[in-house]
Amino acid sequence: MLRASWLVFLKDVRMEFRGKEALNAAVAFALVVLVLFSFAFDPTSEQIHEISGGLLWILFAFSGVLLINRSFAREQSNDCMNILLSSRVPPSALLLGKAFANTLFILLVELVCLPVFSLFYNINLFALPGWLLLVCVLGTWAIAIIGTVFAAMTVNLRLRELMLPVIVYPMIIPALAAAIQLTTVIASGKTPVGDDLLWLRVLIGFDIVFTTLSIGLIDIVLVD
Amino acid sequence: MNDKLLLALGTASALFLVRNLYTMFLVLPDEAAQGAIYRIMFFHIPSWFTCFSCFFISGVISAYAIAKRNFKADSWSVSITEVGLAFTMIGLATGMIWAKVIWGIWWTWDPRLTWAFITALVYGGYLMMRNMIDDPSERLRLTGVLNVFAFVSVAITYKAIDWWRTQHPGPVLSFRTGGGNIDPAIESMIYQNWLALLMLAIVLVGLRFRQEETKREIEGLRRLAYAR
Repeated sequence: MLRASWLVFLKDVRMEFRGKEALNAAVAFALVVLVLFSFAFDPTSEQIHEISGGLLWILFAFSGVLLINRSFAREQSNDCMNILLSSRVPPSALLLGKAFANTLFILLVELVCLPVFSLFYNINLFALPGWLLLVCVLGTWAIAIIGTVFAAMTVNLRLRELMLPVIVYPMIIPALAAAIQLTTVIASGKTPVGDDLLWLRVLIGFDIVFTTLSIGLIDIVLVD
Repeated sequence: MNDKLLLALGTASALFLVRNLYTMFLVLPDEAAQGAIYRIMFFHIPSWFTCFSCFFISGVISAYAIAKRNFKADSWSVSITEVGLAFTMIGLATGMIWAKVIWGIWWTWDPRLTWAFITALVYGGYLMMRNMIDDPSERLRLTGVLNVFAFVSVAITYKAIDWWRTQHPGPVLSFRTGGGNIDPAIESMIYQNWLALLMLAIVLVGLRFRQEETKREIEGLRRLAYAR
Protein backbone atom coordinates (compact mmCIF):
# COMPACT_ATOMS: atom_id res chain seq x y z
CA MET A 1 0.00 0.00 0.00
CA LEU A 2 2.82 2.39 0.85
CA ARG A 3 4.35 1.77 -2.57
CA ALA A 4 1.10 2.67 -4.25
CA SER A 5 0.73 5.82 -2.19
CA TRP A 6 4.34 6.75 -3.00
CA LEU A 7 3.45 6.49 -6.70
CA VAL A 8 0.37 8.68 -6.24
CA PHE A 9 2.49 11.14 -4.27
CA LEU A 10 5.11 11.30 -7.04
CA LYS A 11 2.42 11.73 -9.68
CA ASP A 12 0.78 14.61 -7.81
CA VAL A 13 4.06 16.33 -7.05
CA ARG A 14 5.22 15.99 -10.65
CA MET A 15 1.93 17.35 -11.99
CA GLU A 16 2.04 20.29 -9.62
CA PHE A 17 5.65 21.17 -10.30
CA ARG A 18 5.09 21.12 -14.05
CA GLY A 19 2.35 23.74 -13.88
CA LYS A 20 2.90 25.21 -10.42
CA GLU A 21 -0.57 26.75 -10.77
CA ALA A 22 -1.96 26.02 -7.33
CA LEU A 23 1.37 26.45 -5.58
CA ASN A 24 2.02 29.89 -7.10
CA ALA A 25 -1.51 30.97 -6.33
CA ALA A 26 -1.26 29.77 -2.73
CA VAL A 27 2.10 31.49 -2.12
CA ALA A 28 0.85 34.72 -3.68
CA PHE A 29 -2.33 34.52 -1.61
CA ALA A 30 -0.34 33.93 1.57
CA LEU A 31 1.92 36.92 0.89
CA VAL A 32 -1.04 39.18 0.22
CA VAL A 33 -2.64 38.13 3.50
CA LEU A 34 0.68 38.73 5.29
CA VAL A 35 0.57 42.32 4.07
CA LEU A 36 -3.08 42.65 5.09
CA PHE A 37 -2.20 41.54 8.61
CA SER A 38 -0.09 44.66 9.04
CA PHE A 39 -3.25 46.74 8.76
CA ALA A 40 -5.17 44.64 11.27
CA PHE A 41 -2.90 45.60 14.19
CA ASP A 42 0.14 47.68 14.96
CA PRO A 43 2.97 45.77 13.26
CA THR A 44 5.66 47.29 15.44
CA SER A 45 4.12 46.49 18.83
CA GLU A 46 5.18 43.80 21.27
CA GLN A 47 1.75 42.24 20.92
CA ILE A 48 2.94 40.48 17.80
CA HIS A 49 4.70 37.86 19.94
CA GLU A 50 1.41 36.80 21.45
CA ILE A 51 -0.55 36.61 18.21
CA SER A 52 2.11 35.39 15.79
CA GLY A 53 1.10 31.73 16.16
CA GLY A 54 -2.53 32.50 15.47
CA LEU A 55 -1.79 34.64 12.44
CA LEU A 56 0.55 32.10 10.91
CA TRP A 57 -1.75 29.12 11.34
CA ILE A 58 -4.80 30.95 10.06
CA LEU A 59 -2.69 31.83 7.04
CA PHE A 60 -1.55 28.20 6.59
CA ALA A 61 -5.09 26.88 6.98
CA PHE A 62 -6.42 29.30 4.37
CA SER A 63 -3.75 28.72 1.77
CA GLY A 64 -3.79 25.01 2.63
CA VAL A 65 -7.45 24.64 1.75
CA LEU A 66 -6.78 26.57 -1.45
CA LEU A 67 -4.19 23.93 -2.39
CA ILE A 68 -6.25 20.97 -1.21
CA ASN A 69 -9.21 22.09 -3.29
CA ARG A 70 -7.15 21.30 -6.39
CA SER A 71 -6.15 17.88 -5.11
CA PHE A 72 -9.08 15.90 -6.48
CA ALA A 73 -10.35 18.54 -8.88
CA ARG A 74 -7.13 17.93 -10.81
CA GLU A 75 -8.34 14.42 -11.58
CA GLN A 76 -11.62 15.49 -13.07
CA SER A 77 -10.32 16.30 -16.55
CA ASN A 78 -10.15 13.32 -18.93
CA ASP A 79 -11.98 11.18 -16.35
CA CYS A 80 -8.74 10.52 -14.47
CA MET A 81 -10.61 9.85 -11.22
CA ASN A 82 -12.35 6.77 -12.60
CA ILE A 83 -9.13 5.46 -14.08
CA LEU A 84 -7.35 5.92 -10.76
CA LEU A 85 -10.14 4.13 -8.92
CA SER A 86 -10.27 1.23 -11.33
CA SER A 87 -6.49 0.85 -11.24
CA ARG A 88 -5.00 -1.44 -8.64
CA VAL A 89 -4.33 1.47 -6.28
CA PRO A 90 -6.57 1.02 -3.20
CA PRO A 91 -8.53 4.14 -2.12
CA SER A 92 -6.58 4.36 1.13
CA ALA A 93 -3.29 4.50 -0.78
CA LEU A 94 -4.75 7.15 -3.05
CA LEU A 95 -5.79 9.18 -0.02
CA LEU A 96 -2.41 8.83 1.69
CA GLY A 97 -0.48 9.70 -1.45
CA LYS A 98 -2.56 12.79 -2.02
CA ALA A 99 -2.37 13.79 1.64
CA PHE A 100 1.43 13.47 1.54
CA ALA A 101 1.56 15.59 -1.59
CA ASN A 102 -0.70 18.22 -0.03
CA THR A 103 1.43 18.22 3.12
CA LEU A 104 4.51 18.87 1.00
CA PHE A 105 2.77 21.72 -0.86
CA ILE A 106 1.59 23.40 2.34
CA LEU A 107 5.05 22.97 3.88
CA LEU A 108 6.51 24.74 0.86
CA VAL A 109 4.11 27.63 1.39
CA GLU A 110 5.21 27.68 5.05
CA LEU A 111 8.83 27.66 3.95
CA VAL A 112 8.19 30.93 2.11
CA CYS A 113 5.91 32.49 4.72
CA LEU A 114 7.90 31.84 7.88
CA PRO A 115 11.05 33.77 6.87
CA VAL A 116 8.95 36.55 5.33
CA PHE A 117 6.86 36.83 8.49
CA SER A 118 10.03 36.78 10.59
CA LEU A 119 11.56 39.56 8.54
CA PHE A 120 8.57 41.84 8.12
CA TYR A 121 7.32 41.62 11.67
CA ASN A 122 10.73 41.61 13.31
CA ILE A 123 10.30 38.39 15.23
CA ASN A 124 12.66 35.45 15.42
CA LEU A 125 10.72 32.28 14.69
CA PHE A 126 13.79 30.16 14.13
CA ALA A 127 15.27 30.15 17.62
CA LEU A 128 14.18 26.52 18.00
CA PRO A 129 14.25 25.10 14.46
CA GLY A 130 13.63 21.50 15.56
CA TRP A 131 10.48 22.37 17.48
CA LEU A 132 9.24 24.62 14.71
CA LEU A 133 9.69 21.84 12.16
CA LEU A 134 7.90 19.33 14.39
CA VAL A 135 4.92 21.60 14.98
CA CYS A 136 4.75 22.56 11.32
CA VAL A 137 4.80 18.96 10.14
CA LEU A 138 2.21 17.76 12.67
CA GLY A 139 -0.10 20.73 12.16
CA THR A 140 0.19 20.58 8.39
CA TRP A 141 -0.56 16.87 8.37
CA ALA A 142 -3.74 17.54 10.38
CA ILE A 143 -4.89 20.10 7.80
CA ALA A 144 -3.84 17.89 4.89
CA ILE A 145 -5.43 14.60 5.97
CA ILE A 146 -8.82 16.07 6.89
CA GLY A 147 -8.72 18.41 3.93
CA THR A 148 -7.93 15.59 1.50
CA VAL A 149 -10.78 13.37 2.74
CA PHE A 150 -13.23 16.23 2.46
CA ALA A 151 -11.84 17.24 -0.91
CA ALA A 152 -12.67 13.71 -2.08
CA MET A 153 -16.17 14.14 -0.69
CA THR A 154 -16.86 17.56 -2.15
CA VAL A 155 -15.17 17.13 -5.53
CA ASN A 156 -18.44 16.59 -7.40
CA LEU A 157 -20.43 19.30 -5.63
CA ARG A 158 -21.62 22.39 -7.42
CA LEU A 159 -20.15 24.74 -4.81
CA ARG A 160 -16.97 22.79 -4.17
CA GLU A 161 -14.72 25.76 -3.44
CA LEU A 162 -17.18 27.06 -0.89
CA MET A 163 -18.17 23.82 0.78
CA LEU A 164 -14.67 22.54 1.52
CA PRO A 165 -13.63 25.37 3.88
CA VAL A 166 -17.04 25.38 5.53
CA ILE A 167 -16.65 21.79 6.66
CA VAL A 168 -12.87 21.65 7.09
CA TYR A 169 -12.23 24.65 9.35
CA PRO A 170 -14.57 23.79 12.22
CA MET A 171 -13.21 20.23 12.33
CA ILE A 172 -9.51 21.13 12.49
CA ILE A 173 -9.99 23.58 15.34
CA PRO A 174 -8.39 21.37 18.04
CA ALA A 175 -5.30 20.82 15.88
CA LEU A 176 -5.11 24.48 14.90
CA ALA A 177 -5.49 25.57 18.52
CA ALA A 178 -2.68 23.23 19.57
CA ALA A 179 -0.40 24.35 16.73
CA ILE A 180 -1.13 28.00 17.51
CA GLN A 181 -0.30 27.58 21.19
CA LEU A 182 2.94 25.78 20.44
CA THR A 183 4.02 28.20 17.72
CA THR A 184 3.38 31.14 20.02
CA VAL A 185 5.57 29.55 22.69
CA ILE A 186 8.30 28.82 20.15
CA ALA A 187 8.10 32.35 18.73
CA SER A 188 8.86 33.75 22.17
CA GLY A 189 12.05 31.68 22.18
CA LYS A 190 11.04 29.31 24.98
CA THR A 191 11.23 25.53 24.79
CA PRO A 192 7.72 24.07 25.23
CA VAL A 193 7.49 22.54 28.71
CA GLY A 194 4.76 21.49 31.15
CA ASP A 195 1.36 22.63 29.95
CA ASP A 196 2.64 23.25 26.44
CA LEU A 197 3.49 19.57 26.03
CA LEU A 198 -0.20 18.87 26.58
CA TRP A 199 -0.84 20.70 23.32
CA LEU A 200 1.75 18.58 21.60
CA ARG A 201 -0.18 15.53 22.79
CA VAL A 202 -3.43 17.04 21.49
CA LEU A 203 -1.78 17.57 18.12
CA ILE A 204 -0.33 14.06 17.93
CA GLY A 205 -3.56 12.49 19.18
CA PHE A 206 -5.58 14.46 16.66
CA ASP A 207 -3.32 13.31 13.82
CA ILE A 208 -3.51 9.67 14.87
CA VAL A 209 -7.29 9.63 15.37
CA PHE A 210 -8.13 11.33 12.11
CA THR A 211 -5.55 9.48 10.02
CA THR A 212 -7.00 6.19 11.25
CA LEU A 213 -10.56 7.33 10.71
CA SER A 214 -9.77 8.65 7.24
CA ILE A 215 -8.05 5.47 6.11
CA GLY A 216 -10.93 3.44 7.52
CA LEU A 217 -13.69 5.44 5.88
CA ILE A 218 -12.15 6.42 2.55
CA ASP A 219 -13.32 3.16 0.93
CA ILE A 220 -16.87 4.39 1.39
CA VAL A 221 -16.14 7.83 -0.05
CA LEU A 222 -14.22 6.75 -3.14
CA VAL A 223 -16.17 4.21 -5.14
CA ASP A 224 -16.44 4.10 -8.89
CA MET B 1 -43.81 5.54 13.71
CA ASN B 2 -47.54 5.67 13.28
CA ASP B 3 -49.81 8.66 13.72
CA LYS B 4 -51.43 7.60 16.95
CA LEU B 5 -48.15 6.95 18.73
CA LEU B 6 -46.73 10.32 17.67
CA LEU B 7 -49.93 12.10 18.67
CA ALA B 8 -50.01 10.36 22.04
CA LEU B 9 -46.34 11.12 22.73
CA GLY B 10 -46.78 14.72 21.59
CA THR B 11 -49.77 15.25 23.85
CA ALA B 12 -48.00 13.61 26.76
CA SER B 13 -44.96 15.82 26.21
CA ALA B 14 -47.11 18.96 26.03
CA LEU B 15 -48.98 18.09 29.23
CA PHE B 16 -45.73 17.24 30.96
CA LEU B 17 -44.21 20.58 29.90
CA VAL B 18 -47.23 22.51 31.16
CA ARG B 19 -47.04 20.70 34.48
CA ASN B 20 -43.27 21.37 34.65
CA LEU B 21 -43.78 25.05 33.91
CA TYR B 22 -46.33 25.23 36.73
CA THR B 23 -43.87 23.65 39.18
CA MET B 24 -41.00 25.83 38.00
CA PHE B 25 -42.78 29.12 38.32
CA LEU B 26 -45.27 28.61 41.12
CA VAL B 27 -43.85 25.90 43.37
CA LEU B 28 -40.07 26.28 43.35
CA PRO B 29 -38.72 29.43 45.07
CA ASP B 30 -36.18 31.86 43.57
CA GLU B 31 -32.58 30.79 43.88
CA ALA B 32 -30.59 32.56 46.61
CA ALA B 33 -27.74 33.91 44.48
CA GLN B 34 -29.29 34.27 41.04
CA GLY B 35 -32.91 35.19 41.70
CA ALA B 36 -35.55 34.31 39.15
CA ILE B 37 -33.29 33.87 36.12
CA TYR B 38 -31.97 30.50 37.33
CA ARG B 39 -35.19 28.97 35.99
CA ILE B 40 -33.83 29.22 32.46
CA MET B 41 -31.48 26.41 33.48
CA PHE B 42 -34.49 24.06 33.48
CA PHE B 43 -34.40 24.48 29.71
CA HIS B 44 -30.71 25.22 29.19
CA ILE B 45 -29.24 22.08 30.77
CA PRO B 46 -31.83 19.60 29.44
CA SER B 47 -31.57 20.98 25.90
CA TRP B 48 -27.81 20.38 25.96
CA PHE B 49 -28.43 16.86 27.22
CA THR B 50 -30.89 16.36 24.39
CA CYS B 51 -28.45 17.78 21.87
CA PHE B 52 -25.59 15.52 23.05
CA SER B 53 -27.89 12.49 22.92
CA CYS B 54 -29.10 13.39 19.44
CA PHE B 55 -25.62 13.85 17.99
CA PHE B 56 -24.33 10.69 19.61
CA ILE B 57 -27.23 8.56 18.38
CA SER B 58 -27.11 10.13 14.95
CA GLY B 59 -23.38 9.42 14.65
CA VAL B 60 -23.91 5.76 15.57
CA ILE B 61 -26.83 5.42 13.14
CA SER B 62 -24.78 7.06 10.39
CA ALA B 63 -21.98 4.56 10.95
CA TYR B 64 -24.57 1.79 10.58
CA ALA B 65 -26.05 3.46 7.49
CA ILE B 66 -22.75 3.63 5.64
CA ALA B 67 -21.73 0.12 6.72
CA LYS B 68 -25.01 -1.45 5.52
CA ARG B 69 -25.90 1.14 2.85
CA ASN B 70 -29.24 1.47 4.62
CA PHE B 71 -31.43 4.35 3.44
CA LYS B 72 -33.79 4.19 6.39
CA ALA B 73 -30.88 4.63 8.78
CA ASP B 74 -29.71 7.58 6.69
CA SER B 75 -33.13 9.21 7.05
CA TRP B 76 -33.10 8.59 10.80
CA SER B 77 -29.67 10.10 11.19
CA VAL B 78 -30.51 13.30 9.32
CA SER B 79 -33.79 13.70 11.22
CA ILE B 80 -32.03 13.24 14.54
CA THR B 81 -29.24 15.65 13.60
CA GLU B 82 -31.71 18.33 12.58
CA VAL B 83 -33.60 18.05 15.86
CA GLY B 84 -30.27 18.01 17.71
CA LEU B 85 -29.26 21.22 15.96
CA ALA B 86 -32.55 22.83 16.97
CA PHE B 87 -31.81 21.97 20.59
CA THR B 88 -28.27 23.32 20.18
CA MET B 89 -29.83 26.62 19.15
CA ILE B 90 -32.16 26.54 22.17
CA GLY B 91 -29.15 25.82 24.37
CA LEU B 92 -27.19 28.70 22.87
CA ALA B 93 -30.11 31.14 23.09
CA THR B 94 -31.05 30.29 26.68
CA GLY B 95 -27.38 30.37 27.67
CA MET B 96 -26.95 33.80 26.14
CA ILE B 97 -29.99 35.20 27.92
CA TRP B 98 -28.68 33.82 31.21
CA ALA B 99 -25.20 35.23 30.54
CA LYS B 100 -26.60 38.70 29.82
CA VAL B 101 -28.32 38.74 33.21
CA ILE B 102 -25.60 37.11 35.32
CA TRP B 103 -22.35 38.04 33.54
CA GLY B 104 -23.63 41.25 31.93
CA ILE B 105 -22.57 40.16 28.44
CA TRP B 106 -24.31 38.12 25.76
CA TRP B 107 -21.30 36.14 24.74
CA THR B 108 -17.79 35.43 25.91
CA TRP B 109 -15.18 33.28 24.16
CA ASP B 110 -15.24 30.80 26.97
CA PRO B 111 -14.22 27.34 25.73
CA ARG B 112 -17.57 25.71 26.35
CA LEU B 113 -19.41 28.48 24.54
CA THR B 114 -16.88 28.27 21.75
CA TRP B 115 -17.40 24.52 21.60
CA ALA B 116 -21.16 24.96 21.29
CA PHE B 117 -20.68 27.40 18.46
CA ILE B 118 -18.26 25.07 16.66
CA THR B 119 -20.71 22.19 17.05
CA ALA B 120 -23.48 24.24 15.50
CA LEU B 121 -21.15 25.09 12.59
CA VAL B 122 -20.04 21.49 12.06
CA TYR B 123 -23.59 20.13 11.94
CA GLY B 124 -24.79 23.13 9.95
CA GLY B 125 -22.14 22.19 7.37
CA TYR B 126 -23.41 18.61 7.39
CA LEU B 127 -26.98 19.71 6.67
CA MET B 128 -25.77 22.15 3.99
CA MET B 129 -23.85 19.39 2.28
CA ARG B 130 -26.92 17.14 2.25
CA ASN B 131 -28.78 19.74 0.24
CA MET B 132 -26.07 19.86 -2.38
CA ILE B 133 -26.00 16.19 -3.33
CA ASP B 134 -28.84 15.03 -5.54
CA ASP B 135 -28.09 11.35 -5.88
CA PRO B 136 -29.50 9.50 -2.82
CA SER B 137 -26.88 6.76 -2.61
CA GLU B 138 -24.05 9.25 -3.00
CA ARG B 139 -25.69 11.40 -0.34
CA LEU B 140 -25.89 8.44 1.99
CA ARG B 141 -22.21 7.58 1.58
CA LEU B 142 -20.73 11.05 1.70
CA THR B 143 -22.83 12.67 4.40
CA GLY B 144 -22.72 9.45 6.45
CA VAL B 145 -18.92 9.65 6.52
CA LEU B 146 -19.13 13.36 7.26
CA ASN B 147 -21.44 12.70 10.20
CA VAL B 148 -19.04 10.17 11.71
CA PHE B 149 -16.19 12.67 11.30
CA ALA B 150 -18.36 15.38 12.79
CA PHE B 151 -19.10 13.38 15.92
CA VAL B 152 -15.46 12.41 16.50
CA SER B 153 -14.31 15.97 15.93
CA VAL B 154 -16.95 17.42 18.22
CA ALA B 155 -16.01 14.91 20.93
CA ILE B 156 -12.30 15.79 20.67
CA THR B 157 -13.09 19.50 20.73
CA TYR B 158 -15.22 18.93 23.83
CA LYS B 159 -12.31 17.18 25.54
CA ALA B 160 -9.90 19.92 24.52
CA ILE B 161 -11.97 22.52 26.36
CA ASP B 162 -11.15 20.89 29.69
CA TRP B 163 -7.62 22.14 29.23
CA TRP B 164 -8.58 25.71 28.61
CA ARG B 165 -9.50 27.95 31.46
CA THR B 166 -13.24 28.07 31.75
CA GLN B 167 -15.67 30.71 32.80
CA HIS B 168 -18.73 28.55 32.33
CA PRO B 169 -20.15 27.37 35.68
CA GLY B 170 -18.76 23.96 36.64
CA PRO B 171 -20.88 20.85 37.00
CA VAL B 172 -23.63 21.09 39.60
CA LEU B 173 -25.62 17.90 39.05
CA SER B 174 -24.90 15.15 41.56
CA PHE B 175 -23.78 12.54 39.02
CA ARG B 176 -20.83 14.83 38.24
CA THR B 177 -20.09 16.28 41.67
CA GLY B 178 -21.18 13.53 44.05
CA GLY B 179 -24.06 15.62 45.42
CA GLY B 180 -24.47 18.55 47.78
CA ASN B 181 -24.13 21.38 45.27
CA ILE B 182 -27.73 21.69 44.28
CA ASP B 183 -31.14 21.51 45.92
CA PRO B 184 -32.66 18.06 45.21
CA ALA B 185 -36.00 19.63 44.18
CA ILE B 186 -34.26 21.76 41.55
CA GLU B 187 -32.14 18.88 40.34
CA SER B 188 -35.12 16.59 39.97
CA MET B 189 -36.91 19.34 38.07
CA ILE B 190 -34.02 19.46 35.61
CA TYR B 191 -34.34 15.74 34.96
CA GLN B 192 -38.10 15.92 34.65
CA ASN B 193 -37.86 18.70 32.13
CA TRP B 194 -35.23 16.74 30.25
CA LEU B 195 -37.71 13.88 30.00
CA ALA B 196 -40.34 16.26 28.65
CA LEU B 197 -37.94 17.74 26.09
CA LEU B 198 -36.73 14.29 25.12
CA MET B 199 -40.32 13.25 24.42
CA LEU B 200 -40.75 16.38 22.33
CA ALA B 201 -37.52 15.57 20.49
CA ILE B 202 -38.75 12.05 19.72
CA VAL B 203 -41.99 13.43 18.27
CA LEU B 204 -40.07 15.92 16.13
CA VAL B 205 -37.67 13.25 14.94
CA GLY B 206 -40.61 10.99 14.06
CA LEU B 207 -42.24 13.71 12.00
CA ARG B 208 -38.99 14.69 10.30
CA PHE B 209 -38.19 11.06 9.53
CA ARG B 210 -41.50 10.66 7.76
CA GLN B 211 -40.80 13.78 5.66
CA GLU B 212 -37.38 12.46 4.77
CA GLU B 213 -38.75 9.09 3.67
CA THR B 214 -41.44 10.78 1.57
CA LYS B 215 -38.80 13.01 0.02
CA ARG B 216 -36.74 10.00 -0.99
CA GLU B 217 -39.81 8.31 -2.42
CA ILE B 218 -40.62 11.41 -4.49
CA GLU B 219 -37.03 11.56 -5.72
CA GLY B 220 -37.26 7.92 -6.78
CA LEU B 221 -40.55 8.47 -8.60
CA ARG B 222 -39.19 11.53 -10.34
CA ARG B 223 -36.20 9.58 -11.56
CA LEU B 224 -38.51 6.86 -12.78
CA ALA B 225 -40.59 9.42 -14.65
CA TYR B 226 -37.49 10.87 -16.32
CA ALA B 227 -36.27 7.42 -17.25
CA ARG B 228 -39.46 6.64 -19.14
